[in-house]
Amino acid sequence: MGTIGSEPSRPVLEAPDIARVLTRIAHEIVERAKGADDVVLLGVPTRGVHLARRLADKLDEITGGKVPVGSLDITMYRDDLRLRPARALARTDIPADGVDGRLVVLVDDVLFSGRTIRAALDALGDIGRPRAVQLAVLVDRGHRELPIRADYVGKNIPTSLRETVKVHLTEEDGRDCVLLGVRDGSPADE
Amino acid sequence: MKRHLISAADLTRDDALLVLDTAEEMARVADRPIKKLPTLRGRTVVNLFFEDSTRTRISFEAAAKRLSADVINFSAKGSSVSKGESLKDTALTLEAMGADAVVIRHHMSGAPHRLAYSDWIGGSVVNAGDGTHEHPTQALLDAFTMRRHLSGPGRDLAGRRITIVGDVLHSRVARSNVLLLGTLGAEVTLVAPPTLLPIGVEDWPCEVSYDLDAVLAKSDAVMMLRVQRERMNAAFFPTEREYSRRYGLDGLRMAALPEHAVVMHPGPMNRGMEITAEVADSPRCTAVEQVKNGVSIRMAVLYLLLGGAEPAVSAPAPARTEENNQA
Repeated sequence: MGTIGSEPSRPVLEAPDIARVLTRIAHEIVERAKGADDVVLLGVPTRGVHLARRLADKLDEITGGKVPVGSLDITMYRDDLRLRPARALARTDIPADGVDGRLVVLVDDVLFSGRTIRAALDALGDIGRPRAVQLAVLVDRGHRELPIRADYVGKNIPTSLRETVKVHLTEEDGRDCVLLGVRDGSPADE
Repeated sequence: MKRHLISAADLTRDDALLVLDTAEEMARVADRPIKKLPTLRGRTVVNLFFEDSTRTRISFEAAAKRLSADVINFSAKGSSVSKGESLKDTALTLEAMGADAVVIRHHMSGAPHRLAYSDWIGGSVVNAGDGTHEHPTQALLDAFTMRRHLSGPGRDLAGRRITIVGDVLHSRVARSNVLLLGTLGAEVTLVAPPTLLPIGVEDWPCEVSYDLDAVLAKSDAVMMLRVQRERMNAAFFPTEREYSRRYGLDGLRMAALPEHAVVMHPGPMNRGMEITAEVADSPRCTAVEQVKNGVSIRMAVLYLLLGGAEPAVSAPAPARTEENNQA
């Protein structure tokens, strides 16, 4: 799983923390949207999709409704495509009723440079015209390179560029936690 | 993946699955209100067609345009080629115009290979059919269509029995299909009169039969090849009537197929020759679906060859394992 730093990585969020954080975000979404009638959750693959599904379950519990949830692959909208070999695509799955006129909440694991979200906004624009778009992330680690901010943040973790933030989720990695580590190599290859 | 797609044999199993899986995602773009992706903005794709073709050229053109590439269509008729320009000079002209990829169809087997490995051009070369040699994107779209009906996304075609019937001798589609389907684990049987099988077919990774009725009952898909009248410069079979009675697919033969089996045809069809109108118009015939899938497959190929700094690496790596591979 990527680079392992010379120092061992340490957990900053454990499974119960992640569960609590998602519950809080779900409540915040309901509060700001005054219910969740027109909310559509779209996760950014890979881990954002799992988080979006979990958030949808919590929203269903709170509102008693059924919140549409899908995934939005941003690979073909990235601004760094030409820096690397062509990448494999992930699944884009838009709920049957679409996003037109809905409140779309994008869900991702870590907010960093903001470039992923920029790409996601472009991708969304080709799919429909939501009433509004909001952003929910599990971790905001700072270092934005674009004027983008999150509406719902699980945890703000101030980091240096030499550090790595890894989100592990049961569905993908066998356990829930967020690890803060140190990368080897220069931060310039970010 | 290699930089060029000249032969279906250029693709490893992982490469082929990557193309098919990518095409699955590309197919979803066709269902969106805006059928366009910005991915190949600023790239130039040249369609270099020395031989007549409608569906392949249009398919490549649609694929490149959906990915926002600039498309230049170059057909030999009415160009300087008809004034005697050589392939090399044409290639140098295209290179000077900054082609990032050249999609070439040529009546001579091997022309795309010559173009790709000659230093004449720097971009990727995609073979869109050369002589009686290969047509790899057709094989990919056929495999894609089979997979949708017979196995499913992410899977190969292991153990599926595919029967390819007809003019194998002149068919680049058959050769590419035999190679690709073999890579994907399918068991291929060629059925044709002995005169329409190429020399050396016994070394191909497939079975050969002269009796269509004997293999139909155990086929998961039957692919009918077009009898290529324009390449028939000798008497390969006594009469068209006899050919269609022994090797044509009619309603009676279609009924002998297993329930789930599909009938495929790369087009253009000779109705009444290798396939009857009854079969061609039946819901089991995937000819139109194959055309539709062709656009998705060609989008996938162009994306994987041109979408990055270099062609995609097919080692099965998850797309985003952690946040720090760029945002």
